[in-house]
Amino acid sequence: MSKPTVVVVGNGMVGYKFCEKLLARSAQFQIIVFGEEPRHAYDRVHLSEYFNGKTAEDLSLSTLSWYSDNGIALHLDDPIQEINRSEKTIHSLKGITLKYDYLVLATGSSAFVPDIPGIEKEGVFVYRTIEDLELIKAHAVNAKSGAVMGGGLLGLEAAKALIDLGIAETHVIEFAPRLMPRQIDSAGSNMLQMKLSQLGLHIHLNKSTAAIAGDKKIQSLRFNDDSQLAVDMLVISAGIRPRDELAKLAGLHVGTRGGIVVNEKMQTSDDCIYAIGECALYEGMIYGLVAPGYEMADIVAAHLTEGEKSFYGYDMSTKLKLIGVDVASFGDAFITEPDCRTILFEDTHKGIYKRINITNDGKNLLGGILIGDADAYNMLLQTVNNKIVLPPDPKDLILGSRGGETNAGAGVMSLPDDALICSCEAVTKGAICSAVSDGGVTGIDGMKKCTKAGTGCGGCVPLVKDLIAGTMKANGQYVKNVVCEHFDYSRQELFDLVKINGLKNYDLVLDHYGKGDGCEVCKPVVASILSSLWNDVIVKQEVIQDSNDRFLANIQKGGTYSVVPRIPGGEITPDKLIVIGLVAKKYGLYTKITGGQRIDLFGAHLSDLPLIWEELIDAGFESGHAYGKALRTVKSCVGSTWCRFGLHDSVTFAIEVEDRYKGIRAPHKIKGGVSGCVRECAEAQSKDFGIIATEKGWNLYVCGNGGSKPQHAQLLATDIDKETVVKYLDRFLMFYIKTADQLTRTATWLNKLDGGMSYLKNVIVNDSLGLGEQLEEEMQALVNTYHCEWKEAINNPAMRKRFAHFINAPDEKDPHAQFEPMREQVRAKEW
Amino acid sequence: METVIATQWIMACYVDDVPENGGSCIKHGDEQIAIFNFARRNEWYATQNLCPHKQQMAISRGMIGSAGESCEPKVACPFHKKTFSLLTGECLGEEELVLKTYPVKIADGKVFVGID
Ligand SMILES: Cc1cc2nc3c(=O)[nH]c(=O)nc-3n(C[C@H](O)[C@H](O)[C@H](O)COP(=O)(O)OP(=O)(O)OC[C@H]3O[C@@H](n4cnc5c(N)ncnc54)[C@H](O)[C@@H]3O)c2cc1C
Ligand code: SF4
Ligand code: SF4
Ligand code: FES
Repeated sequence: MSKPTVVVVGNGMVGYKFCEKLLARSAQFQIIVFGEEPRHAYDRVHLSEYFNGKTAEDLSLSTLSWYSDNGIALHLDDPIQEINRSEKTIHSLKGITLKYDYLVLATGSSAFVPDIPGIEKEGVFVYRTIEDLELIKAHAVNAKSGAVMGGGLLGLEAAKALIDLGIAETHVIEFAPRLMPRQIDSAGSNMLQMKLSQLGLHIHLNKSTAAIAGDKKIQSLRFNDDSQLAVDMLVISAGIRPRDELAKLAGLHVGTRGGIVVNEKMQTSDDCIYAIGECALYEGMIYGLVAPGYEMADIVAAHLTEGEKSFYGYDMSTKLKLIGVDVASFGDAFITEPDCRTILFEDTHKGIYKRINITNDGKNLLGGILIGDADAYNMLLQTVNNKIVLPPDPKDLILGSRGGETNAGAGVMSLPDDALICSCEAVTKGAICSAVSDGGVTGIDGMKKCTKAGTGCGGCVPLVKDLIAGTMKANGQYVKNVVCEHFDYSRQELFDLVKINGLKNYDLVLDHYGKGDGCEVCKPVVASILSSLWNDVIVKQEVIQDSNDRFLANIQKGGTYSVVPRIPGGEITPDKLIVIGLVAKKYGLYTKITGGQRIDLFGAHLSDLPLIWEELIDAGFESGHAYGKALRTVKSCVGSTWCRFGLHDSVTFAIEVEDRYKGIRAPHKIKGGVSGCVRECAEAQSKDFGIIATEKGWNLYVCGNGGSKPQHAQLLATDIDKETVVKYLDRFLMFYIKTADQLTRTATWLNKLDGGMSYLKNVIVNDSLGLGEQLEEEMQALVNTYHCEWKEAINNPAMRKRFAHFINAPDEKDPHAQFEPMREQVRAKEW
Repeated sequence: METVIATQWIMACYVDDVPENGGSCIKHGDEQIAIFNFARRNEWYATQNLCPHKQQMAISRGMIGSAGESCEPKVACPFHKKTFSLLTGECLGEEELVLKTYPVKIADGKVFVGID
């Protein structure tokens, strides 16, 4: 008997998942897939990452050969045009006719495009496929302003994408009186609007678009209230429309507002035809998220293999990703008193709004909204879904116990075993815990391989991590932040061991305290500890350094390096500027001013590095340590020497501080800043340490951070003199170097420090541990042993020899490193 | 019938050209080959120098080490730290990436790489 044939129409996310699920259950079927798009199924949920450098291939859900490897016939770029239900055949555009035993419609949806005059003009786009994004990207190059029609989940994501594409002026036009009308209330919307405005988005509510004006190309939008907005492009994100045209043509039941009607087994009005994903209409509802789509796919796979499983609707809780503001909505977000009790928390200063709705008896959580801080989202969602009894004071749920971290894991461990943790892959808490207890899984990567949890949208990853840690703890497995598989110690423990035993090289440390042969994680950690302790020339132990530290330069695209000479405090003489210019010209380097007030020279061949540095050192430059986990820059404003507001000489102080701490290795990079008055032109409060002049002296701030998670530095001491600033800085930096985990910036270190800022203040200012003097001495020892690594490297023939791309042809450059012209300079060629 | 592919041994460099427990790159015609001196284990390895992840010529500048209980020798690309087995060339992470590997032998302080 030949295998029954299952034809899948649509190779989107859900159609793909269906193939995967059916294969997992049975090999009894011949699977044939037709897709309208030219590519095999990709991750639409993370579509926007296409603009952040992900390629179509990165987004693919599988390799192309996965289909043939599993015996699936895949026809791409060939949409099904007709179903003949009496013959049980389908016909494709390219002329294929096939008989099916079962037909699965996974045709998804398309963007809803309202019928507005001018909608067909050039420069008007939708946001659904990789092709759409390619068109948007191409058009954006010449666009200065853009608008998104629709302020929902997808619209805001599209707006963020426009900003990322460099559109200087981005607008969001929403018809309703608030943003994300389906997910959040108006107070939440107000807060969100405030945060988005800070990001540079222009939000227009209560606006309905009457026409799109322009010759051939869009020039402006005209609204019903007769106002106008000039824009160069428009992205429409006004909702979705299920793709039911094929089903309709075949006479299947469809809803009045679209969608293929299905029962709880996902069967359409024809028993042999199923519909799943965004095209399916179950009890009057379209489920526009992947997780319910995956669930539907599993139900059909179960039904075809005689399994018992039915669809009963699905939780539509969501968390907005990407936009730079946390937004989440879960459970019944809109229910109001008297049907429930509502607790609100609002902090307009920080832009946080939280609302939870609880039952009138105070026992259960019904739903809520989180804006500005959605860390609690996963746990709150679990609390709703599993009807977990609330603590006596439910407001703790959104205020949180201060100092967080300490009992992480305790909350998640109280969830029932059948609590659904990863909804994309339908993995329960029980499955995760047993993967740890019985499967020996100890980390998130292992968990992804073992259970697939966290491989979908990724939203559950923090929760999965907590569960792994919690289970290990419950099993008596000791959890600490060990360096890696080769060292059973945290960085701080290893630091102390190396110090007490006076170990001076990596192999000794590995022999004494590790196992195996080390790796790319522990080698640089030990390298950093060794130089923080003994301050020897790092290139002497070159092979344990990260590539950047090994070649004393930052590796860049194409395999060339960038060169950053130190320019303390950002002060530089005209003569030195000329030298940089001449060197850049001679070696064909691209030059750019960095964010830290110095000059970066890109595109240096490995073999040119010693020559370049020779010339720079001759002119009085030193290494800038831009390649190391070390002090980068101390940024300064011009201060009292020129600025009419300046209270003290900020430049001189910045230079002194930069010179003092240059070259010292730390768990992560360190940046500083000095401002001459409260106007803070040096942005010192966004640095690991910031010094700001006051009438009476200086204020010292610590543990600030720019980067992906900005955090303001906090005040450590007020109105102190220069000597005291340096004394506190010595103590602070040394304390950080000795106790932080690897790759932890001061801000994160402080956030994890028990007792937080008040503890740190006690240690540094009040010397509560009695360590003050020791820390100062240790720092002084490092300062005394400073050397410019580049000077050592160019003067040592053995070290110099390493700066060759080909060891057997030292004079030849890497032919693979190529450049193309850009604005009178060069850039790395794309491969 | 049996096909015999003769391995041709080329002299790549001298032993002290490659740092202990690190790598260097050599040029053979248009090919770039990364050679590793795994001194800690008294072993030598060679792979293609091109990282298949984002096509960067950088494997020889990566850090070497071992993975797991079996101490599989490995190298980490300096760009995004994808790790590859030095024995099989296979990526040790999720990706299906492979490095070409070459046999190595040492004689008279010289390093020879087998090319087929
Ligand atoms: C930018 C963006 C961000 C998103 N973010 C999230 C998120 O954060 N979380 C979330 O849960 N969801 C998100 N979604 C929604 C999610 O992508 C969809 O729910 C999911 O893709 C639906 O899967 P599907 O297979 O039903 O439809 P699709 O993925 O659209 O696949 C349907 C496929 O069928 C093809 N097709 C249609 N008709 C035919 C035919 N006649 N013959 C052959 N092929 C046909 C289509 O071309 C398409 O390739 C997002 C969507 C977008 C666009
Ligand atoms: S911070 Fe004050 S002193 Fe420095 S440049 Fe700005 S205004 Fe002038
Ligand atoms: S320089 Fe920094 S912010 Fe810019 S692309 Fe590189 S890592 Fe990202
Ligand atoms: S290029 Fe090698 S890991 Fe990305």
